[in-house]
Amino acid sequence: MRSYLNYFKLSLITNLQYRAAALAGITTQIFFGLVYVMVYLALYESNKGVNAPMDMQNLITYLWLGQAFFAMTFPFSKNIELTNMIKNGNLAYELVRPQNFYFKFYIKFLASRYVSTMLRFLPIIVLAFVLPHPYKMAMPYSLGNFIVFLLALFLSSLLVISLALLMHIVAMFTIDASGIQSMYMVVAELFMGSIVPLPFLPKILITIGNFLPFRFMSDFPYRVYSNDIPLKEGLPLLLLSLAWVIITILIGLLLSKKALKKAVIQGG
Amino acid sequence: MSYITVDGISKTFKVAKRNSGLRAALKSFFNKEYTYIDAVKNVSFTIEKGEIVGYIGPNGAGKSTTIKMLCGILLPTAGNIKVNNMNPFTDRKKYVSNIGVVFGQRSQLAWDIPAEDTFDLLRDIYNIEENEYQKTKEELINLLDLKDVIKKPVRSLSLGQRMRCEIVASLLHNPKILFLDEPTIGLDAKSKKIVRDFILKINKEKKVTIMLTTHDMTDIDKLAKRIILIGKGQILYDGSLSDLKQKYGSYKKITLITKDTIKDIKVKGLISKKKIDGGYSFIIDSNVLTISKFINNLSTKYSIIDIDVDNENIDDVVLKLYQDYEI
Repeated sequence: MRSYLNYFKLSLITNLQYRAAALAGITTQIFFGLVYVMVYLALYESNKGVNAPMDMQNLITYLWLGQAFFAMTFPFSKNIELTNMIKNGNLAYELVRPQNFYFKFYIKFLASRYVSTMLRFLPIIVLAFVLPHPYKMAMPYSLGNFIVFLLALFLSSLLVISLALLMHIVAMFTIDASGIQSMYMVVAELFMGSIVPLPFLPKILITIGNFLPFRFMSDFPYRVYSNDIPLKEGLPLLLLSLAWVIITILIGLLLSKKALKKAVIQGG
Repeated sequence: MSYITVDGISKTFKVAKRNSGLRAALKSFFNKEYTYIDAVKNVSFTIEKGEIVGYIGPNGAGKSTTIKMLCGILLPTAGNIKVNNMNPFTDRKKYVSNIGVVFGQRSQLAWDIPAEDTFDLLRDIYNIEENEYQKTKEELINLLDLKDVIKKPVRSLSLGQRMRCEIVASLLHNPKILFLDEPTIGLDAKSKKIVRDFILKINKEKKVTIMLTTHDMTDIDKLAKRIILIGKGQILYDGSLSDLKQKYGSYKKITLITKDTIKDIKVKGLISKKKIDGGYSFIIDSNVLTISKFINNLSTKYSIIDIDVDNENIDDVVLKLYQDYEI
């Protein structure tokens, strides 16, 4: 256990070295947040009277939350360390350690996401709260909503990692998995509501999206925060979200076992 | 029951193959051809506790594949491995705490930070108690002469320094078995000596069982009493090094310096003749043809300026072994 926790420490040390990256991240997220908010404001302004799929204040809150936790819910970023290990065979050393291969990398991935989120989210949230109306982000609808939001966000981080790791494990079968990884990115971004919130999608896509795990990666937590998804619906969804986490972890675990069984260590 | 028992293991790899060129690439895009390569075929041996075994063979013979199966990284296609009553692959997590591995061509040290930080991480990975860790680390660092080296970022180390750090990293948890896959590759004479002395020392003092692969026959000569020769995936020789030397050690190398041209000599016991700068070099089997008889024979016909008789070195012995087995 101590060794797994150590990855958080290592990740913190590494990330603290990259102050400029954190600063750049914050600036980018604020810029994107402002642009998104302005675009949607314009959209709502020019379509007055049309029945919008989301309340405007809820939407603005959704957008800011999306920017603040971007580092955590971004569906996929290539982990250079693991990818290189698979390609050049240094994985050999990872396999002679008394650790579970899958959970080791799960924790490593999680650690790097948490640390980079911790270094970024606060300034964005603070700014979003002090902005004048209508740019301003709203407080949570109720304490209950806030608690469900936090739990949902935590489950979201687990889900993001288990899916991202799955995309790396695929590389153990094909050596280079950029094709399947980019396809995953497109599908995940669409159905997690990071291009537009899910209610803005055509009906058919919403129906499909409801059967997929991706909406728990951002759409669900951000909408339950402002009661756009009411608490009553939120609780069962929370359980469904947990179920997806367990399912995806199990798949990853099984696949990694299978991959290691037929593993070939590249390069002699 | 032996400490390490390898019973008829094989490993088959599926390898995509195609000819070079665009046409072949296009063809293989639609219809990929695979060949199956037996990297290791029906290999069996046993190793007792405290032995040092040299595992030798030409490139691509299956040495590293065997080592990886023994480490639990690769699953044998067929056959069984039992080490200290554990199956390396299925009991991997428990098993690997007992072994140390050095892959000479890979690195386990984080590139940008000092080696000592990697050691600290390994302490936590292997759950080593702090006192014991400090003691082992201190000891290894002294033995391998690394005091100042471990504070520097790994990227600034020389190959020899890095390799010594790799060995420390593999031994921090006091493993009972050590697998060394080409531990002296690319090292200078001094580093090689340090590494060899060290291997002998831990084998003697801590009774560590050691299996090493190498292409450097001096390593084998200095370290291993027993060698296992593998070629094309199969074991060709398993026995003591001195037996091997006796069998092939009767070969002598005779270098003659002469201005004369020596024509073909037909005499029993002469293995080879080679023209060299300013003279000739012969290899004879002294069991069949004595040195004096050979030189007598020559000196009657030619004027010899200088003469030099040498035992064949271990490299040639092994080379001959490879030739005998046609690998």
